[in-house]
Amino acid sequence: MSANFIALAYLVAAVFFILALKGLSSPLSSRRGNLFGMVGMAIAVTTTLTITQNWMLILGCIAIGGIIGSIVANRVQMTAMPELVAFMHSLVGLAAVFIAIAAVNNPVSFGLPEILPMGSKLELFLGTFIGAMTWSGSVIAFLKLSGRMGGAPVIFSGQHAINLLIAIAMIGFGLWFFFSETTNWTAFIAMTAIAFVLGFLIIIPIGGADMPVVISMLNSYSGWAAAGIGFSLGNPMLIIAGSLVGSSGAILSYIMCKAMNRPFLSVILGGFGGDGANQVASDGTQKTYRSGSAEDAAFLMSNADSVIIIPGYGLAVARAQHSVKELAEALHKKGVNARFAIHPVAGRMPGHMNVLLAEAEIPYEQVQEMEEINSDFSNTDVVLVLGANDVVNPAANVPGSPIYGMPILEAHKARTVIVVKRSMATGYAGLDNDLFYMEKTMMVFGDAKKVVEDMVKSI
Amino acid sequence: MIGDIDPTIIHLTVFVLAVFVGYHVVWNVTPALHTPLMSVTNAISSIILVGAMLAAGPLETDWGVWLGAIAVVLASINVFGGFLVTQRMLEMFRKKDKKGNV
Repeated sequence: MSANFIALAYLVAAVFFILALKGLSSPLSSRRGNLFGMVGMAIAVTTTLTITQNWMLILGCIAIGGIIGSIVANRVQMTAMPELVAFMHSLVGLAAVFIAIAAVNNPVSFGLPEILPMGSKLELFLGTFIGAMTWSGSVIAFLKLSGRMGGAPVIFSGQHAINLLIAIAMIGFGLWFFFSETTNWTAFIAMTAIAFVLGFLIIIPIGGADMPVVISMLNSYSGWAAAGIGFSLGNPMLIIAGSLVGSSGAILSYIMCKAMNRPFLSVILGGFGGDGANQVASDGTQKTYRSGSAEDAAFLMSNADSVIIIPGYGLAVARAQHSVKELAEALHKKGVNARFAIHPVAGRMPGHMNVLLAEAEIPYEQVQEMEEINSDFSNTDVVLVLGANDVVNPAANVPGSPIYGMPILEAHKARTVIVVKRSMATGYAGLDNDLFYMEKTMMVFGDAKKVVEDMVKSI
Repeated sequence: MIGDIDPTIIHLTVFVLAVFVGYHVVWNVTPALHTPLMSVTNAISSIILVGAMLAAGPLETDWGVWLGAIAVVLASINVFGGFLVTQRMLEMFRKKDKKGNV
């Protein structure tokens, strides 16, 4: 096939990728968007097959990967989506590194000159180190999200200085590779190895609830890694697809940071909420709270006119989404106006709660975003907080508090607040939540799923 | 004139324009679909499958080809896994729409 025809086919594929993202602007067009994405990928792969010789090997490998991917996609629990996404980012990163190494080994098969020009070396350097950092960072994110590694930030003194030194060493080896006349494997391998280490070190100080930012950031990295490989291979389609993903991840990170009112840099440098005990304001007095049973809570809700349910990470952990749907239905039968309020950073990834509620088939119009629903809290009889903490902490309105200025769901304005929690432990920010000690608040202790099931029984 | 331009500059042009396209398209994505957005972009970034296929392409097999073959497997897991899981999630949002319209 002629080079021009291939370039045109790649252009068509790139346009399909743009349409895929455009489709996500509404749930109605989203499935068609996803289909566009698949078509684009099919065009890209088929076109590439015509210019490779080793068909059998390639098709065999695609089949193996395809089978594994399909099995994973069909089996994964919706509550485990953040882990799955982190896992998939890591694959993109590792594949990018392998491709870059293969390109250094045999540039001719990629249509590059035998002796790599400076420009290609620089591009390969960028693609490799972003890919390597994406891989190791995503592995840590995966381990933290799936609970195989503690969610608490790992901090030690001089951490940032060490990271900086390592980054400088990596760039040093990169320059050595860059200015060597022949292929300098020592420099290239050393640079790649350091990039892997750096990826680990950058993610370990970032704690569990900052994961929405981390996972968006890694999403962005995986896109830039693809774009970097696109530069190395001189392939505009890879550059376009990579940039789309890169900017998408960057925007999501920005939205998440905004929803926590924290600068991006402070999230990335990590350590937030690590030493919770020290941050709790200890004025010496033992604050009192009121606790009740699921039956009491059910009684309050069934006698209310309006109820707003605020789901948080605790809902995902307890896998309580189906029970919550039953609760909402039971309340509707009693004529109660029950709705859901979703904070942008609730859960462990952007849109996490929306997917869980969608899985439970909770109707679209009952689920509202923070800006839509915040003004309604003062007219609401009962707010039910399910496994959320910092996103309803009124301390966000108190100057000097670590979370001051963070937009919150104004649950404290409702007439009655019911909080379902496992214990009085502080949230991720390590802050006491005044909402729990208000006179109008009733605490119900226990596993979210169990408590909600009990509520449904007694309504 | 065009012939004198370094291909890298042309690629850079494509890159900058694509970032702008991405920026505008992604801001229009509804927040409820942010998780599907992440999984579909994940599938799209596995477009590096194309690079992996080129690495695995040559007939004279050396270790570089095998590395490429592993990369093909990794990227394919992502292509299939990413698009299929997105499909699964979006089906859930559809059920919701149906109910809402009744």
